[in-house]
This record gives sequence, C-alpha cells and structure tokens, in this order.
Amino acid sequence: MNTGIQFFPDQASDFALRVDLLYVFLLAVTGFFTLLIAGLILFFAVYYRRRQGRERTAARENMLLEVVWSIVPLVLALSMFSWGAWLFLEMHDAPADAEEINVVGKQWMWKIQHPGGRREINQLHIPVGRAVKLRMISEDVIHSFYVPAFRVKQDVLPGRYTTMWFRPTREGAYHLFCAEYCGASHAQMGGQVIVMSERDYADWLARRSPDQTTGPSGEALFHQFRCHTCHHEGSDARGPSLRGLYGGAVPLDGGGTAVADEDYLRESVYEPQSKVVAGYRPLMPTYHGQIGEEQMLRLIAYIKSLESPSESKSSSEVSQP
Amino acid sequence: MSHVAHHFDDAQQQLDAATIGMWLFLATEVLFFGGMFLAYTVYRTQYPAAFEEGSAHLSVPIGTTNTAILLTSSLSMALAIHAARRNRRWLSVALLGATMLLGAAFLGVKAFEYADKFEHHLVPGRHFALEHPHNPDVSPGHVELFYGLYFAMTGMHALHMVIGLGVLAVLAVMTGRGAFSAEYHTPLEMTGLYWHFVDMVWVFLFPLLYLIG
Amino acid sequence: MISVPSGKNYLDVAYGARSWLLSLDHKRIAILYMISITFYFLVGGAAAVLFRLELMTPPGDLLISETYNKLFTLHGVIMIFFFLIPAVPAVLGNFLLPLMLGARDLAFPRLNLASWYIFMIGGLISMWALVTGGVDTGWTFYTPYSTAYANSNVILMAVGIFITGFSSILTGINFIVTTHTMRAPGLTWFRLPLFVWAHYATSIIMVLGTPVLAIAILLVALERGLGIGIFDPALGGDPLLFQHLFWFYSHPAVYIMILPGMGVVSEIITCFARKRVFGYKFIAFSSLAIAVLGFLVWGHHMFVSGQSVLAGLVFSVLSMLVAVPSAVKVFNWTATLYKGSIAWDTPMLYGLGFIGLFTLGGLTGLFLATLAVDVHVHDTYFVVAHFHYIMVGGMVMAYLGGIHFWWPKITGRMYSEWWGKFSAVLVFFGFNLTFFPQFVLGYLGMPRRYHAYPEEFHVLNVMSSAGASILGIGYLIPLIYLLLSLRFGKKAGANPWQAKGLEWQTPSPPPPHNFETTPVVDEPAYNYSPDDNEITPPPESA
Repeated sequence: MNTGIQFFPDQASDFALRVDLLYVFLLAVTGFFTLLIAGLILFFAVYYRRRQGRERTAARENMLLEVVWSIVPLVLALSMFSWGAWLFLEMHDAPADAEEINVVGKQWMWKIQHPGGRREINQLHIPVGRAVKLRMISEDVIHSFYVPAFRVKQDVLPGRYTTMWFRPTREGAYHLFCAEYCGASHAQMGGQVIVMSERDYADWLARRSPDQTTGPSGEALFHQFRCHTCHHEGSDARGPSLRGLYGGAVPLDGGGTAVADEDYLRESVYEPQSKVVAGYRPLMPTYHGQIGEEQMLRLIAYIKSLESPSESKSSSEVSQP
Repeated sequence: MSHVAHHFDDAQQQLDAATIGMWLFLATEVLFFGGMFLAYTVYRTQYPAAFEEGSAHLSVPIGTTNTAILLTSSLSMALAIHAARRNRRWLSVALLGATMLLGAAFLGVKAFEYADKFEHHLVPGRHFALEHPHNPDVSPGHVELFYGLYFAMTGMHALHMVIGLGVLAVLAVMTGRGAFSAEYHTPLEMTGLYWHFVDMVWVFLFPLLYLIG
Repeated sequence: MISVPSGKNYLDVAYGARSWLLSLDHKRIAILYMISITFYFLVGGAAAVLFRLELMTPPGDLLISETYNKLFTLHGVIMIFFFLIPAVPAVLGNFLLPLMLGARDLAFPRLNLASWYIFMIGGLISMWALVTGGVDTGWTFYTPYSTAYANSNVILMAVGIFITGFSSILTGINFIVTTHTMRAPGLTWFRLPLFVWAHYATSIIMVLGTPVLAIAILLVALERGLGIGIFDPALGGDPLLFQHLFWFYSHPAVYIMILPGMGVVSEIITCFARKRVFGYKFIAFSSLAIAVLGFLVWGHHMFVSGQSVLAGLVFSVLSMLVAVPSAVKVFNWTATLYKGSIAWDTPMLYGLGFIGLFTLGGLTGLFLATLAVDVHVHDTYFVVAHFHYIMVGGMVMAYLGGIHFWWPKITGRMYSEWWGKFSAVLVFFGFNLTFFPQFVLGYLGMPRRYHAYPEEFHVLNVMSSAGASILGIGYLIPLIYLLLSLRFGKKAGANPWQAKGLEWQTPSPPPPHNFETTPVVDEPAYNYSPDDNEITPPPESA
C-alpha cells in the first residue's frame, strides 16, 4: 500500500498551476466560512447551553445583518465566477500554432493519430512546451478525455467534434482517464500521456514499432475513395473544388452560407444532401459505413492542407523567409 | 352537504381545492408536452428541410378533419357541463356520450393514419424508408427524427385521449345515476378542463406537424 | 361524517392490514411511506456496502465490472427516486402538514393513498428490473449509452421511474392545494411554520420538474424499445438534448432533496434554542428563491459536455446566485442560536450536524460552479463527495433529526435518549470519514464510477470504506432503538419538548381527525419565550 497522501495531483501543464491557484482561493474562502459557522455553532451550543444562566434576550431580525450576509456571499461568488470564467475562456482558445492531434474514442480505448501519420492506442506522446490541440470524436457512446495532471477534461461525443488544448510543461508519464461513464470497462478506458523532450518526440515519431502501421494517409484515402474524380479543378468538375475551402464561408443551395469547419466537412461526406453548395447538383452519395471516424479525421486533415492556388504561393513565401 | 368530504369545512373550500389542484395538474401536463415541443424546436431549427419533407407525407385533409372532430367534442363537453348546471341530467348524459363518440372517432382516424404510415415505411426503426421523397436533397435520417417526434407527440396525445374517454365513461354513468346537480358537479368541470387541455395540445400539434413548409 | 369513538388515536382506531392499506388518513399513509422508504434505504445501503468493499483495493477483485456498474446504478436510482425524494415530504410532510395547518387531512386523501400505491408499483417494477438482470446505465441514463449500447433492463427501469414520478407530482399538488385552502383560522402565510414554506417550495419543483424527467425517460424507453428515436446520433440526433431534459428536472430534484430538510431543521433549531427564528421572512423567501433559481442552473452539469461556451458562462453565473439564499439560511439559523437556551437533545444534535455538513456541501458546490475548476473535478469523486454532503449529510441528517423530533408525536413513545445521542455522533463522524477523503480523491483526479483505480488512490479509499462501515452502524442503531421504543418507550405526552406549533397541541398520537376542535391561531410561528429557560415537566394532557 502506498501510504503517502497527496493533496494535489502533478502539475504538468501551464493550466495546472493556474487552476490550483484558483482552487486555493476557493479553499481559503470556503475554509473560512466552514470554520466560522462550525465555530459559532459550537460556541453558541456550549456557551448558551440551557441552565448556564446567560443573558438570553436577542433580536428576532436585523435588516443590516441580512443585507450584509447576502451581499458578501454574492460578491465572493461573483469573483469566483469571474476568475473561473476567465480561465475557462483561455482553456477554449487554442493558440494558432498548436499541434493538432486526432483522437477517436470507442468502447473502451482511445485511438490517437499524430499529424505525421503515426498512430497509437491508449497512449499519447507529446513534446514538452508545445501547445497541443486535440480534435476528438466518438464512434459509439459519450466518453470524456481527462488528464488530471493537466487539469483538462472534455467530453467526446458521437457525431460531432469537440476540441481541447493544453501546453505540457514537465516531462513524464501522466494518467489518461475516461471520465464519462461508458459501460463495462469504463475504468479500463485509459492509459498514459507521455510528455517527452522535443528531440525524443521527433525520434519517437520517426520510429516505427512493428505493431504500429501508419495506415493510408489522408491523401491516399482521397484517391482511394475516388474523391478526386468529382472534386477537381477542371471546369467540368461535378463537385466544388476543395482547395482553400477550409475555414471559409460556403454559399449553399437555396440560400444561406455555412462555415467550412471540421463538422461541416464531416457532415458533407456522411450526409452530402444536407448542405449542398450553390451551383452544384446533389449527386454525391453518402460515405456512411465506408469511411470510419479515424479515416475521416485523416481525410479532413488532408482537405485542410489543400490551400487555394493564390494562397499557397504567399504562404510558402512566409514560411521560407 | 353530503358531497362535502369530512375534512373540508364547506363546499366552497372543496371547490377551491379541486380547482387549484386541477390547474396545477394541467401545469405538469404543459411541462410534460413541453419537453417534446423543445425537442421539436431544436431539430426543426437544425433540419428545416427534412421537417418540411416529413410533414409533406402527412395528409392535411385528414388532419383537418380530426381537428374539426376534436374541436366539436370540446363544444359538446362544454354543453354537457352547461346542461348539468341546469339540472338537465339526461341531456348532460347525451352530450357526454357525443363527446365520447367524437373522441373515439378522432382515435379511429388516428389509427388509420398510423396504419398508413406503417404501410409506407414511415415508422422509425429498422424498416424506415423514405420512398418517394418530394425533396431528394434531405437526409432520410433527419426525416426519421421528424417521424420519431410525430409518433411520440401524437402517441402521447392519443394516450391522453384514451384516459379522457375512460374518465368520461365513468362520469356519464355517474351523471345518469344523478350524482351531479346544479350545486355539485365539480368532477364534470374538472374533466372538462382536462378535455379542453388535450384539445389545446392538438391545436398546437396540428400546425407544427401537418402544416409546415 | 365518520363517527370516531372518542379517546381513540389514529393508531388504535382500527386494526388489521386492510385498515392500513385502504386508509385515507394522512398519518397512516405517512407510516406506510416510512416503512417503504426504510426498506428501499436498506436495499440502496446494501449496494453501497458492496461497492465500498470492492473499492478497498485498487484492482477490481471482488466484483466484476458489470456487477459493480449495476450496483452503483441500483444505489443511485433507489436512493434518489425511492428514498431521498420521498423521505421528508412523503413521510414527515404527509404526517405533519395537515397537523401544522390545523386541518383534518390533506385536501385530497384518496389521491394521497393513490400516490403511495403508485410509488410502490413504480418501486416494485424498478426492483424487478434490478433483480432480473439489473441496469448498468448509472442513474443518469445518458444517451446513446442507455438507448443503444447498454445490455440491461433499461426499459423496465425507465417505466418504474416514470410511474414513480406521478407519485411525486400528486403529492406536490396535494401539498400546494392543502397549504392554500386548508389553513386554520388566523394561520396567515407569515405565521406558517418554515417547514410548511419549505414543503410549499418543494412541491412547486415536484409539480413543474417531474413531468420533464418523465417525458425524457419515456423517450429513452421508446427509442430503446420501439426504435422511435429522437436522440440517436446516427440519424443526426443531438446527444446533448437528453442531458438538457434530464438535468432540467434532476438539478431541481436536488432541491427537492434538501429544501424539506431545511424545513425540518428550522423547526428543530427554534425548539431546542427556545427562540423565535431569526429572520423568518428571509428563510421563507430563500426557500422560494432556491426553488426558482433551481430551474435555471441545470447546465452546470454540462460544462465539459460540449455545450456552447456562452451557455457555460450563463449557467455558471446563475449557479453562483444559488449561494446567496443558501448562505442566508445558514446565517439565520446560526443567529437563531445566539442568546438561545440550547438543549442538546438528539434532534438538536442532528440539526446542528445538518448545518455544518450542509455548509460544507454548499460551499463545495461553489467549486463546481466555478468553470475552470469544474473542468478538472467534473465527474470525479469531488462531485460524489459534494452531493453526498448535500444529500446524505444534509437530507439524511435532517430526516433522522425530524424522525427523532416527531417520533413521540407519531408513536406516542419516547426513545432511548442515550442511544439517540450516541448514534447521532456516530453518524456525524462516520459520514465525515466516508466522504471527506473523497474530496481529496476527486481533486487528485480519481474519476467516479471506476471499479478499479490506480495505486495512489488506495489510502483515501480505505479511509472512505472504513468511514462507511461506521456510518452503516450509525444508521442501524436508530432502527433498533426506535423499534424497541414502540414497546418499551416511556409515554410521551402531547408535547414532550414543550414545542410550539399546532401539531403539539393535540394528543400524541393524534386522534384520527387530528383535532377535537379546529384550532385558532393568534400568535406568530415559534413564539418561544426566552424565559422558558428551565423546563418544568409538562402537565400530562392526555
């Protein structure tokens, strides 16, 4: 039996320290009030115990007191809200340069895909000091990706992407848990997050263990499913070009626009009829049952990498100063 | 005063209690259906075209007929209470009977509609198929959601009708035996409130399910 | 009008199973509820014993995971729907509301009996679901796990809970109508005992919240059984829609589980401090404020669910507001003690324990309402500890306090004061040893609903299990001495605590129609005088 008792988990991300600080503030406030109430109750119960011969005439109400003990908790609670909300908003806005890693949850494992194509199960290798953004989806029920040492958690839903981000600050191996009850082996649905130095991470990415195949890349899938036969640059293309599509607004058939984010791309492959691009006919068949969630994430990553012809030039200039 | 239960002081107190109680019960009913109306609103906003498609497979003439039947039954219910207030026992019984007939007619039409949907594979589940879509662009899954809501909402409504018919049958017998009079007919009044409420629900369901698009 | 032999009380007016099972007397129906919920409590408690044993060691060695999952589901469903929600309202509320109002019965006695039958039918169907294969969804029934993936008796359980919901609704309607129409002459709204105010607020939640749970759970059953699905993500259904519907009821349900307890404590504190309650109107209106705010904060269960950031912010700030009426109550109770004349009888020990544990439970709620902290502790043992402090530390303490306070009224007998105090203290310490370590576990990151866990959580889990065994004994002792008191207890007399309130002005046990003559009220609630300092033995009124 491990006999030491900790009160804080490892602090291994830059959120960890900040969440702990807020937690300590909450502990201080609640500790103060718990001791105050408990102390007063004990004191009154002893001091004013029957047959103690104390003075026993007291007011039945006091407006000033009522106002004070309404306002003080209100102010404290709102300060907790503000601090918590501020930090929460930062937890939602991933920096633009964050490394995007895809996560697919299913009963009862986490399947992870790195940008280079390397895949792993129930382990997440990441470099220290670099922001990492996870794009997550479930193949079955709701799961929740939880790394206590980073103080982050996000539910992973079927049918819709959710994201989370963090910046690990300390090398080491940390618990990865599924926090949303998901069935028989819920407690086994976890593993480790392994934070490595940049160099070890690069080595690890390059290494190919025998049981870890990278699988076809997004580009290979694009050709395998013959997406390019319709989505090409020619004037006779039956589908819209996908170059530079990501992040822009798409005019829809029948009016309105949609933002071409990951959820839109996914929906357009699985439910091609639901948001048809203006000027095109609804010819595309659904790929439900043919393209799994993991392949979908790779396909989307590939589509995102397709820059529009004009942009690709300028961005290559930027990247090569 | 024999109709005043032992724990009440007088008839007025008893009537007040019954009235407040019934309105509270109707409040719970509003929230019960409210949950489904919320789900309807969420999905209709998300998939407007699919909801129009689903609605297009429902027959407006049949829905309109049923609406007329139900509104008429509300009228006969109101008249039955009016007759009881004037001590016209047998007229009251007859009108309660008419209300029940109309209610049963509504359910009969509903059953016919359900059978028709079953035949056309519009009942959600493994056999669901959107066979002759008016708008080929919609995803069948979203239309299936529409029909999930259609059956849940109209099914719950029909269940309320069935319960209402049962209560009306008991009341008709009681009225026939002279249980109610101008002084005391609270159960009739309360059942009237319930019956009108069930009508009201239909008045919302009909346009939301049949008349969109 | 039924003629009653004078001098008979509600217990000896008739004998035999029929006279109980068909009784329309709110006091007898309260006893039926008391026996039923005690049974359910023992069943739910037995499940807790089993999984606390499993959690003594890190690996899942005693129970396989499927069994463990069914046990915590059983524990949650039974304790919430069949013990905590009916505990104070259906037992103490049923017994006391008409007495406190000076009425002969609840407004709808037949409906009241029907509520009990509905409760039992729902309960037995749920028990049937639990013994014939069990249910493994957790008491929250999240879709799509519950609709498409769970291999257990979800439909039967859903039907059981759906039916039981009507029992709550009908009880709520009965209480509201009774409070509105059946108050004794002179008993104005602001002379009502705070127990009545608390039950009024609770009833509002029962009436408005329960139907939403009913429809949500029914839709789960329809989707699972008939495929008439509206939550199915494969069709484009929203997996969060169920959570919204579920928590719209189930968060207010937490207040169903605590408000009546607050009412009990207001009665106990005033009686054993011999003082008028401090800030009567503030306590009364804070009950209503909690009931109203309670309907606006459900989204704080979903901060990491994928709901929008804006929704998270709104639900967070609204949840923070609940702190105010809760704090107002705690401060007012504490101020009531000031310059009181305090007796340490068993009910008072429970009452004081309630304030302490509720304070800690309420304050830890602030951690969960604080967005960034909730991201870390959501779905960990921190949450488990928090709601047990509210529901067990709060509601169960209040229920036991209330049972001890009104036992002489209900049965006409006094129980052993020494054993009463002993078990009150035992429950308090056992409770804290069980659940305080869980706060620490939660912050360390141990997720809930895990039947196996990493080595470093071992010590705290052992402490928790040790506490649970003490707590279990603390709960069993009252069962024994209260039953013994029925035969061996001293006769209590009409008013053993010299308490105010109409229920104490009629003999113990009360006559079938509560009062020989309708009482008239001409004084405010809790009109205790500070000179009641020295208690003289009460003149036997019976």
